[in-house]
Amino acid sequence: MEFLLAITIGVLYAASFYLLLRRGVVRVVLGVALLSQAVNLLIFTAGGLREGAVPFIAEGGKVLGAASADPLPQALILTAIVISFGVLAFTLAMVHRADQATGTDDVDDLKGTDAT
Amino acid sequence: MNAVTLALLTPLVTAVLCLLFLRSLPLQRFFGVAGMVVLLGVSFRLMAEVGGGHIEVVRFGNWPAPFGIVLVVDLLAAIMVLVSAIIGLAVAVYSLADVDARRVRYGYYAFLHFMMFGVCGAFLTGDIFNMFVWFEVMLISSFVLMCLGGEKPQMEGAVKYVVLNLISSSFFLAACGILYGQTGTLNMADLAVTAREMRPELLTMTAMLFLVAFGLKAAIFPLFFWLPASYHTPPVAVSAVFAGLLTKVGVYALMRVFTLIFTNDILLTHGLLLGLAGFTMVTGVLGAMVQFDFRRLLSFHIVSQIGYMVLGLALFTPLAIAGTVFYLFHHIVVKANLFLVSGITQRYGGSFDLKKLGGFYAAAPLVALLFFIPAMSLGGIPPLSGFFAKFAIVKAGLVDETIFGAWAPFLSAVALAVGLLTLFSMTKIWAEVFWKPAPEGHAPHRSNVPRGERWLLLAPVAALAGLTLTIGLFPQFFFDFAVRSAEQLLHPEIYINAVLGGTT
Repeated sequence: MEFLLAITIGVLYAASFYLLLRRGVVRVVLGVALLSQAVNLLIFTAGGLREGAVPFIAEGGKVLGAASADPLPQALILTAIVISFGVLAFTLAMVHRADQATGTDDVDDLKGTDAT
Repeated sequence: MNAVTLALLTPLVTAVLCLLFLRSLPLQRFFGVAGMVVLLGVSFRLMAEVGGGHIEVVRFGNWPAPFGIVLVVDLLAAIMVLVSAIIGLAVAVYSLADVDARRVRYGYYAFLHFMMFGVCGAFLTGDIFNMFVWFEVMLISSFVLMCLGGEKPQMEGAVKYVVLNLISSSFFLAACGILYGQTGTLNMADLAVTAREMRPELLTMTAMLFLVAFGLKAAIFPLFFWLPASYHTPPVAVSAVFAGLLTKVGVYALMRVFTLIFTNDILLTHGLLLGLAGFTMVTGVLGAMVQFDFRRLLSFHIVSQIGYMVLGLALFTPLAIAGTVFYLFHHIVVKANLFLVSGITQRYGGSFDLKKLGGFYAAAPLVALLFFIPAMSLGGIPPLSGFFAKFAIVKAGLVDETIFGAWAPFLSAVALAVGLLTLFSMTKIWAEVFWKPAPEGHAPHRSNVPRGERWLLLAPVAALAGLTLTIGLFPQFFFDFAVRSAEQLLHPEIYINAVLGGTT
């Protein structure tokens, strides 16, 4: 399972970097969105996979059984998803505004402020 | 309620109040400034509490560390919050005259305070994932401040700024995930303990991920290109607060993780920092030399000055770290001030282009004086604050015993040469803007700015220049704090005991 996830994460990272290097601004934004998915999956995998062990404390118990999954990476991912969702919404609005203000969606044409 | 929570609540409450009174410009402006005054008061109290060397720890929900999230205030964090509040207040006052009504109506002050909320949070937190969240709070508010107004150059700059910062955030997050997977903890003090049991090569790899993430935020070589492409586009007040605070949050984060967690292989990690510091100083200052836009020139100088701070961190001796802390304090004040001055010359003379400005020495001698102080301080002329900051770091490289052998004195020599080039850039601005006679049709006039606004623009600049002079004339008082802070940073067991103490 780890192997499969590692491959998936690699593909996601590769795809997102490919998109980030494209010239269209919208593709770049999609690249950022994909990147955050890749990172979420990375946290999930790095946190350790455990099959069929729900992190509930048994009735009458005080601590989590040793065999149960670690709930913390999932909490981290949940936080990260919420943040990346908000940021993505902002980025899309920004790209729309940038398109209105500059009249182009080509990154190569956004060089007006670059240091020469 | 203690000062630590207040330092976070004040900007949050102010931001919410500003949002509630979005329609009333006077009320928003009042809250915008009053909130910063309160924050400044709170940060002085914070400083008084931890100034003696005591580390204050606040546990959320009273969960013992490392299980709950903690806020940790050591001397470095308190200093950073204090100087942030100073800059925040200066910029809030300056904004009264600089930021137009339309931007205020769209929530300028609210987002300024949300950003302060994120900045203070990033300084105060003792949990690495929590730091990521604070970074995001700070970033998203800064994105809004960058875009607010929606002018063409602003949007061009914003696209680069936003995308590159998001990439850096994802590196940060990935690094947190890997660190957690290996150690099972996110509490920084606990990480410092458990990371020693990690496989060293994996720990170093994680350190590199953090270096990329924080390096991008701090704008170190070769990750700085977004900075000079975007910092000169928003209103001056926004540029100034970005220039003063945001990259320095990155430097602070680098200092935190590379003194507390990643100290297992100093030759590799800090050696890399040392090399990057050299390149950052040189490329930044060379980039600045060819610029003729006031703010773009200053933006390149931010990059160059970041190099000095990273150099101090890389040398990793008590004097060097103390120098870095002192440098941070001095640099935030001076750099924000120079940006504010660039705004005044733009208002008087109508341009940011050095070629179209001139004759300010005759037309506005007070502005000339107020530029001269921070500019010479940046160039490292005694007795101003920049001299002592540079002196400490250069001396550490020349005198202290480091593991880098001959590289340390070599980098000190580079730092001295870069200092000279910095001075050259500052004298270029001086010659172009202040001494050169005004170009045809571009004569600067005080009357271009109404009298009331003029004082609002000049007062914060004068206050910051006064602070620079004070630091320069009484360096011992300020350097003592830096030395004590360096002591805490180089003895992580103090930090670890303070956080994990009573619970283990």
